Amino acid sequence: MRIWPQTLLPPVVTTSLYFLIFGALMGPKIGTVRGVEYIDYIVPGIVLMAVINHSYANVVSSFFSAKFQRHIEEMLIAPMPSWVILAGYVTAGVARGIVIGGIVLLIACLFTEVRFAYPGLAAAMAILTALLFSVAGLINAVFANSFDDISIIPNFILTPLVYLGGVFYSVDMLPSPWARVSLANPILYMIEAFRFGFLGAADVDLASAFFIVGGLILVLGGWAWLLLSHGVGIKH
Amino acid sequence: MLALRLKNLRKVYDNGFEALRGIELEVEQGDFFALLGPNGAGKSTTIGIIASLVKKTSGTVEVFGYDLDRQWEQAKSCIGLVPQEINFNQFEKVGQIVLNQAGYYGVPSGLARVRAEKWLKQLELWDRRDQVSRRLSGGMKRRLMIARALVHAPKLLILDEPTAGVDIEVRRSMWAFLRRLNQEGTTIILTTHYLEEAEQLCRHVAIIDRGQIIESTSMSALLDKLDSDTFCLDLRQPLMAAPEISGFAVELVEPRALRVEVPRLLGLNTLFAELSAQGIEVIGLRPQEGRLEQLFFQRVRGKKEAA
Repeated sequence: MRIWPQTLLPPVVTTSLYFLIFGALMGPKIGTVRGVEYIDYIVPGIVLMAVINHSYANVVSSFFSAKFQRHIEEMLIAPMPSWVILAGYVTAGVARGIVIGGIVLLIACLFTEVRFAYPGLAAAMAILTALLFSVAGLINAVFANSFDDISIIPNFILTPLVYLGGVFYSVDMLPSPWARVSLANPILYMIEAFRFGFLGAADVDLASAFFIVGGLILVLGGWAWLLLSHGVGIKH
Repeated sequence: MLALRLKNLRKVYDNGFEALRGIELEVEQGDFFALLGPNGAGKSTTIGIIASLVKKTSGTVEVFGYDLDRQWEQAKSCIGLVPQEINFNQFEKVGQIVLNQAGYYGVPSGLARVRAEKWLKQLELWDRRDQVSRRLSGGMKRRLMIARALVHAPKLLILDEPTAGVDIEVRRSMWAFLRRLNQEGTTIILTTHYLEEAEQLCRHVAIIDRGQIIESTSMSALLDKLDSDTFCLDLRQPLMAAPEISGFAVELVEPRALRVEVPRLLGLNTLFAELSAQGIEVIGLRPQEGRLEQLFFQRVRGKKEAA
C-alpha cells in the first residue's frame, strides 16, 4: 500500500475505462443479459477480475522480490514455522485483492446503481477467491527464477482464463461446444457465484462453485505449505 | 557449556558435489571462534546449515544443547547471523528492517524499539534510521546487518566475512565493537579472509579444507606450530643486494630494509650474529603481520600435498 501509485492507481484507470467503454458506451447497444442491463451484468465480473489479478500479483511479486533480494532469509533463520510465512504473504495478498475490489466497486457506482441480492455470499466468494489466487501467486514465486517467470502465468494462463470465465458474457451466449468447454474453467464458477451475490442468478450451481474454490484452496494451500517446509526454491 | 556442536555434518549438493564430508566441531560458550578456510572449503555451507538456509544431507547441529532438527525454535532463537552478502530489503527503511527482524523472533514491539535504538546508536546508524537502506554505504550496510542480527539478543552471533570490502577505519571500529560484544557474554563465530582479523580477535580457531576440519585448537597453540617467523629489519646503511645467510631466507625489500624468514630452530641471535659478521647494522626490528596466514597456507598446502 506504500507504493499506491503502482498498486491502487492502475486498477482505477483500467476499470474506469472498462465501465466507460463496455458499460456506458457499448452497453446500451448490447441491451440486456439475463434480464439485466449489460453494465449491471459486467460489474461483478470486473470487480472479481481485479480481486484475482491483484491478490495474485501482490504475492507473486513480493515473494519473488524477497527471494531475489534474499531477504526471505530473514524469515528462514528466524524461529517461524512455514505456515506463518505462508499465512503472512497470503493475508497481504487477500488484503490487497479485497481493497482493490472495493475500489473498483466504488468506481462502478459512478456508472450504475450497484445492488446486492446476497452481499454476504458475494463477500465470501471474493475473500475465498483472493485467498486462492494469493496461494497460487506464492507457488508461482517459489518456482520462479527470473522476473519473466512471474509474468508468464499471469499473462498467458490467468488472463485468458479470467476473460473466458464469463466476465463480459454469459456462457449461454456461447455456441454449444464452447459453453460446455467453459465449464472446465474454475474461474467461471467463482465469477458466477460472485455475480449471484449481486443479481441473485447464476449460470452455475452455487454449491459446486464453493466446493471447487474450497477444494482448490486446500490442495494449493497444502502444496504451498509443503514447498515452504521443504525449502523448495528458497534453500540450497 | 557448548554454544555449538556439529556432529558428522555432511552436505552433498544436487549436482553430486560433496561440500561437507563429516564436519566435527565444538565451540564453547563465551568463545570468540574463527572458522578459516580457502574459497570453496565449506565455510559458508557450514554456516548456512547452522542458520537453516542450507539443507544438510546428514549429521546433527546442536545450539546451546538444542537440536536444530527437534528443538528448532529454541535453537534458532539462540542464533544471530550476519551473512556474507547483503540480504535485506533494499527498499525498506533502516529502522524498519531491524524492527521487522525483531518481529520475526516474536520480540514485543516496545522492547524491539528499545533494542533497535541501542544497536543502531552503537553502530552509528541511528541518524540513518529513516533512510532507505539501498542508499547506505557498503560499511553501513554491513553494520546494519549486525544491528539486525542482534535485535533478538542472540547468545551465538555468527559473522560470515563481516568486514569484506570495508575500509580499514570501519574494520577497526567493527573489531572493537565485536570485542566488546564478546566481553559482554555473546559467543561469536567468525569466518574471514583477513587472517589478521582472526588473529586479532579470536581465541580458538578451526581450519576447514575441502569439507573437513583439518585443525581445531586455540589460537596460541596454533601459532606455536609455526616453524618460522618473518621479520622486517631496518638497516643503518643501504645495501645493493640481499646478504646470503645460511639457513635464513633473506629478501631486500628496499635498500635499507630486509625481510627475513627466521626458522625457530636457529632463532634471532644466530641471525644477528651473522649480520654483525657481515658488517650490517640493524636499527629496527618488527614482526611481519600475517603469521596466521603463513601457518594457514602451511596447513592447507601440507594437507593437499599429503593427499
